[in-house]
Amino acid sequence: MTVADRHAPVPEAPEVERELAFDMLKRGVWFAPAVLLLATIAWGPDGASSAAVAIALVVVNLVLAALGLSWAAKVSLTAIMAVSLGGFAVRMGLVCAVLFAVRDASWIHLTALGVTVLVTHLGLLFWELRFVSASLAFPGLKPPDKEAVVS
Amino acid sequence: MLQLLAQQDPGELEAGLTAVGRGIVYGGAAIGPGIGIGIVVGNAITAMARQPEAAGMVRTTMFLGIAFTEALALFGFVLSFIISG
Repeated sequence: MTVADRHAPVPEAPEVERELAFDMLKRGVWFAPAVLLLATIAWGPDGASSAAVAIALVVVNLVLAALGLSWAAKVSLTAIMAVSLGGFAVRMGLVCAVLFAVRDASWIHLTALGVTVLVTHLGLLFWELRFVSASLAFPGLKPPDKEAVVS
Repeated sequence: MLQLLAQQDPGELEAGLTAVGRGIVYGGAAIGPGIGIGIVVGNAITAMARQPEAAGMVRTTMFLGIAFTEALALFGFVLSFIISG
């Protein structure tokens, strides 16, 4: 890859990152009550509030990553690299800032927070992965339903 | 060194070791996924430059790759807070 290639505009493509992130956001709305309920059963009210913080953290992190990459994809390949790695550093800094801010709060249960972050993040990703693999790599290419083709 | 350790309260040593452990967990959680994301994005950019018509598919895979790699970082960061908690 030459220097000219790196600064070349990214080929035209739909904003797939944004589509994926907002798909996950929509699923997160369905996913959140179940997680909150389970956290309440397992850790009580502190667990529920910790789970709410964790879900917000995961969803905001995914949406910020998607918006950053969608923007960078319109600029250049170099911008994608810069936004990916710079964005990772910035978003992890934000995660740490949030964790520092809430860790001593009386309504926070750190184990509940940690478990919910992991379960929500991986749960949403695997859920999305199922749809992506069923739709030939991105939602815009999803094959039509059989019934729609027949009619 | 041993005399110095013997003069300390057991609680101080434990607190110090906890801080060291937290630093190791935090550092590992930042470095590993950082390298992983670099590899994912680097290869995705090469793929887009070589085959521009596949950019949509490559970006989808890249975004999911980044998100999966970040799970490790998130887990490490939260774990470091749980250790110190």
